[in-house]
Amino acid sequence: MIVVRNLWKNYGDQVVLERLNLTVKEGEFCSMVGASGCGKSTFLRLLLGQEQATRGEILLDGQPLPAEPDAHRGVVFQRYSVFDHLSVLRNVMLGLELPRAKFTGRLFGAQRRAARDEAAAMLERVGLGAALNKYPQQLSGGMQQRLAIAQALMMKPRVLLLDEPFGALDPGIRKDMHGLLSELWRESKLTIFMVTHDLKEGFTLGSRVLVFDKVRADPQAPGAYGARITYDIPLDRTRESASALHIAQAAMQGASKIELVSD
Amino acid sequence: MRLINRHPGRTGGLMLLLLPFVVLLVVYFAGSSMRLAANPDDKLLPSATQMSDAMRSAAFTEDKRTGEYLLWADTSSSLRRLGIGLIVSAVIALATALATGSFPLASATLSPFITVISMVPPLAVLPILFIVFGLDELSKVVLIVVGITPMIIRDLHARAGEIPAELWVKAQTLGANSWTLILRLVLPQLLPRLLVAMRLSLGAAWLFLIAAEAIASTDGLGYRIFLVRRYLSMDMILPYVAWITLLAWLTDELLRRLTQWCFPWYGGGAR
Repeated sequence: MIVVRNLWKNYGDQVVLERLNLTVKEGEFCSMVGASGCGKSTFLRLLLGQEQATRGEILLDGQPLPAEPDAHRGVVFQRYSVFDHLSVLRNVMLGLELPRAKFTGRLFGAQRRAARDEAAAMLERVGLGAALNKYPQQLSGGMQQRLAIAQALMMKPRVLLLDEPFGALDPGIRKDMHGLLSELWRESKLTIFMVTHDLKEGFTLGSRVLVFDKVRADPQAPGAYGARITYDIPLDRTRESASALHIAQAAMQGASKIELVSD
Repeated sequence: MRLINRHPGRTGGLMLLLLPFVVLLVVYFAGSSMRLAANPDDKLLPSATQMSDAMRSAAFTEDKRTGEYLLWADTSSSLRRLGIGLIVSAVIALATALATGSFPLASATLSPFITVISMVPPLAVLPILFIVFGLDELSKVVLIVVGITPMIIRDLHARAGEIPAELWVKAQTLGANSWTLILRLVLPQLLPRLLVAMRLSLGAAWLFLIAAEAIASTDGLGYRIFLVRRYLSMDMILPYVAWITLLAWLTDELLRRLTQWCFPWYGGGAR
């Protein structure tokens, strides 16, 4: 479904990603892990259309990705994912209103009531049924991320992109969110890309783990070489074979070493 | 305890709040009575009775020439000019900032231009306004607009830049086109900031209003002050200045409450 061919991304002289090749099938959950600054968030922004590749291409169903964000790709950021000037319900309704009302950006009458009910049902599903009329600032961090996920899912996107969605949450809340996300993924058969710093999170949630790392490094010119996907680990969640686990552990050790060096 | 950690209590706070006002009044009236004791015809520091007499005749006695109550006539014409000026400035500034804040192409064209224009001293172009728009109402309103609009535009443009990039992307993933994105994201985000920018421009707006009225006008608070200056009528000037101050403070307070009331999500409106 998504094919990445020989992708490069430079910022001026600095090469962030080099020679990236990847094929992702529909319904896969790709966790992307790696040291800070190794280009996993950049790759996510390329998938989103927020930035353009320097060389190479990303194909969605054989077509090049549009050069700007659109309704086929949902996104949840670590922060600022929801509109603080709209109530919880309005935040979720927005995704129903914008594509249908090209001039007013709002729905009226029966359409509005239908959108309201649909949004309320979605919020109920992510556990925000009791907070429909609150403003996002009145919600805790975990609740805000639930809202952001509900808002993104409302669009029924082909691809859901998550940029460290749970990075700012404390461990208990994080676990609840993992449960919620796994459940939503299994129900909807979405294709998900998730950037995370937390290796364990990447391995628990993903059906496939992509490790980003620099293969080559020139101490005299740190920006001369970019990162690639060094490990591509398919995880069979139902029947975890010993070999997969072995590779995973090796990769985790490798990646954590990088983490140490970069700190 | 360190001084930086000492906070006033409830009554203490109220007393501290009133203190500078009380000191100002005490110093004034002490000086006034000393000068009046030395010379009963002194006009520089009039007593409370003299000021209230002057104000009573301005507020509650018909003017012999025009048949109007001067204070109210002056107040209403000044407030009308100020109000029209503020609203026109707000509309122009909002429309411009929506364009420059949302479209990089508009920003590339207009932002440097507006920065240069905002450096033109408004009072220096006042003669031009009088020549072009004549000496009546229009030129006074235009002076206010010319004086405060560029600053409000620059402020709003900066505020539009503060809308997180994440929200722009998010709105696009929710299916917004350029127009609906402005309508549902940029406009509601900028409206409370517009009210804040208007509050900050109030001082400048009053300045330009009084300057225009002082130079060419037949009524208005600024006109009256500059008129009675010829007779050294401090008993009239001082209460007028106090009245203008009160009006300015009330306008500011009104805009603050409006922000709080219309945009409860916006930082409590306290900023």
